[in-house]
Amino acid sequence: MTARNVLVRGLLVGLLAGLAAFLVAHEVGEPHVETAIALEEAASAADPAAEAADEPEEEVTEVSRPVQRTWGLLTGTVAIGVVLGGFVALLSAAAIGRLGRLTAVQTTGLVAAIGFVAYSLVPFLKYPATPPAVGSGDTIGSRTSDYFLLVLVSVVAALAAVQLARALADRFGGLRASMAGVAAYVVVAGVAAALLPTVNEVGAFPADTLWSFRVSSLLTLTTLWAVIGAGLVLSVDRLARAERAVAERRALAASL
Amino acid sequence: MAHTAATPEIATPATPAIPIRDLGPWAVFFGLFAAVVVFFVSANQGGVSVPSGTAVHEWVHDARHLLGYPCH
Ligand SMILES: [Zn+2]
Repeated sequence: MTARNVLVRGLLVGLLAGLAAFLVAHEVGEPHVETAIALEEAASAADPAAEAADEPEEEVTEVSRPVQRTWGLLTGTVAIGVVLGGFVALLSAAAIGRLGRLTAVQTTGLVAAIGFVAYSLVPFLKYPATPPAVGSGDTIGSRTSDYFLLVLVSVVAALAAVQLARALADRFGGLRASMAGVAAYVVVAGVAAALLPTVNEVGAFPADTLWSFRVSSLLTLTTLWAVIGAGLVLSVDRLARAERAVAERRALAASL
Repeated sequence: MAHTAATPEIATPATPAIPIRDLGPWAVFFGLFAAVVVFFVSANQGGVSVPSGTAVHEWVHDARHLLGYPCH
């Protein structure tokens, strides 16, 4: 198993995960995006002042809606899938053989699970996905920086928690060390989430559409991570088997 | 001869680790690629876009919303 071996598989698995996430996003999420855009257009048509304020942005639409919800969406999910697949692969390659007695397969599965929680799930709990028409254009700068700050803190805290668990494992055993790591992560991520500003720009947006959109977004993210995790675990399993077979042949040859 | 073959069979073979220095170049190369991609998908708001205009912003617009990145 080499860094290159695992990374290449991570990128391919990420590509597949992006395709799967696109299917879920397109089938489950897009209807709610369309509902939100229809509401947004109805609202700006009813309010001429808002229309005038939006005009410079609205008038220069370069990509049509049918393209945005198909090829555009596909580009985005595949790009993020490849990036996350690559990261899970590199982090797995770094973690394999370094997490106590965990096998290569177990380590890879754990890295993907931690990645889902730290990169997607925990940031979602503080800053859930919003459909079009919910976020204000005036706050996009601060919303973007707050979101990425939380993602950064969450991911760094998860990496630090794993290192903490590794450091404690010799003295307290794997179970207690892992629990300490989880607790440390929860405290750091919780404090960061509590300190960062809360965003509430929902206004009069219908709650049922908002809820359905958020569920579909979480489903898209879960699909992305699940396919990355499952695909990379299977790839690493094959690599590990091949390696064991080579080692057994070598041992046999040496014993003759 | 017998003792060399017996040792690996008794101990559970440890999972071999990849040396960190072998990971470094891949991590740097991939980190740069990832930063560019994530910037274009999630943070490119038109105002700071490299190809001027909002085409990239609009192209991946729905993915940004459905993958939970902040947008309008
Ligand atoms: Zn938007």
